[in-house]
Amino acid sequence: MFPFCFEWAWDISHIVFMGGLWYALSIIGAGMTFAIVKSVFDCAGHDDQDHGHH
Amino acid sequence: MNETPLIPAGVKRCSKWQFSLWMAAATAVLLWGVYAMYLIWYKGLNQTNMNDAYGFALWIWADLAVIALGGGAFFSGFLTYIINKNELKNIINLAVVIGFICYSSALLILAIDVGQPLRAWFIFWHANVHSMLTEVAFCLSCYFAVLTIEFIPLILENPRLDKKPFLHHLSHNMHGIMAIFAATGVFLSFFHQGSLGGVAGVLYGRPFAFREHILIWPFTFFLFTWSAAAYGPCFTILVTKITELITRKKLVKDNVIHLFAKISGWMIITYIIAKTIDTIYWAFVTAPGFGFTLMDFYASSTYNIGLLFAEIVICGFIPGLILITKRGRENSFLLMSAIILGVIGVSLNRWVMVLQVMAVPVFSFNEWYTYMPSWQEVATTVLPVAYGIIVISLAHRYLPVFPQEKELNPID
Repeated sequence: MFPFCFEWAWDISHIVFMGGLWYALSIIGAGMTFAIVKSVFDCAGHDDQDHGHH
Repeated sequence: MNETPLIPAGVKRCSKWQFSLWMAAATAVLLWGVYAMYLIWYKGLNQTNMNDAYGFALWIWADLAVIALGGGAFFSGFLTYIINKNELKNIINLAVVIGFICYSSALLILAIDVGQPLRAWFIFWHANVHSMLTEVAFCLSCYFAVLTIEFIPLILENPRLDKKPFLHHLSHNMHGIMAIFAATGVFLSFFHQGSLGGVAGVLYGRPFAFREHILIWPFTFFLFTWSAAAYGPCFTILVTKITELITRKKLVKDNVIHLFAKISGWMIITYIIAKTIDTIYWAFVTAPGFGFTLMDFYASSTYNIGLLFAEIVICGFIPGLILITKRGRENSFLLMSAIILGVIGVSLNRWVMVLQVMAVPVFSFNEWYTYMPSWQEVATTVLPVAYGIIVISLAHRYLPVFPQEKELNPID
């Protein structure tokens, strides 16, 4: 549920519950994005090194 | 097909036909459960013996029990990545696999129980923000995502997958930030384990379950989290020992098992003291406030006072005392007895907090309610066991689950 949904109310229950959910999902999403993007760069760097060796 | 490139280097596995036979037996049981699941989804909850008195039944017990037993994953993650108990890196892979199995099983059981899997997303979109079960649903699904993320690097360490540069780097990079995922897992587990206990503790109309509160949280909130952290490691050790027995190999060094058992022992002892205090307060203050005596809750031949004794003394103080003493945990018979009692203890606690709560009469004109699960309920509850055996067997065969295996079992 997002704040723009008709069921949303700006009360403590919605902020704590939904805020907790988004907080957890943000950490999971950011962590995985970081790992995937870094792996792509690592691969590219590794390939460059390989070309250099050849 | 030649399996050799799929099997981790430096370890020995049973022959393919032995493995196939083993998997066929587990798959047969799994299919029995899948057939029962199909019947329930196709024909509805009339396939169960649940009724107006038992809205929560065998499945919810199984759900709570597997979630508690899977608690070894978040607690070992906490000990390894936050407290830096590096010895536990030798057992954490198995704890993660067990956690993954337990939580996916819990979600599967819920999908069967809810009966409308296509509407599962309603709980996120039309969330009832006053319900502890909403918190459970949020944390359970998020924590399952965390466990999947913790499992992925282990899968990527399979020799064939590890040869792919991107997957090799991905595994390495995920390992690098695993502490963040582990910390998130601890946060999520604290709340969903607690809220499962909180659901029982706020049942004002069920004096057997109702407990006093700290702010909005009943005592059962804290006791459930505590017990999952205390007894979850027992299940991880038990599965390790069963795997060692079946493969006839030592897979984890004794010092690792003893450390994990010692931590579990101290958690059990502190938990069971807190549980005893909670029980005494409930028996002498809370329940009389509702007009009940302690024995009113144990006046059935099935649910007698022996259950309370078994939960607190036999499956609480005894395993706790064994595990905190050096001689106790270093004696293999006592260690096995303690971890088996621990696993039974936490399962019994969840049974009592789900099924006895439903059975106890609330009004003087009520009888004790009885309930016997249908074969479909039993089959769908056995399903996760077969599924767990299959996943652990595949993981052990093709993945480096036990880092010390090579050292402990050198190949000539």
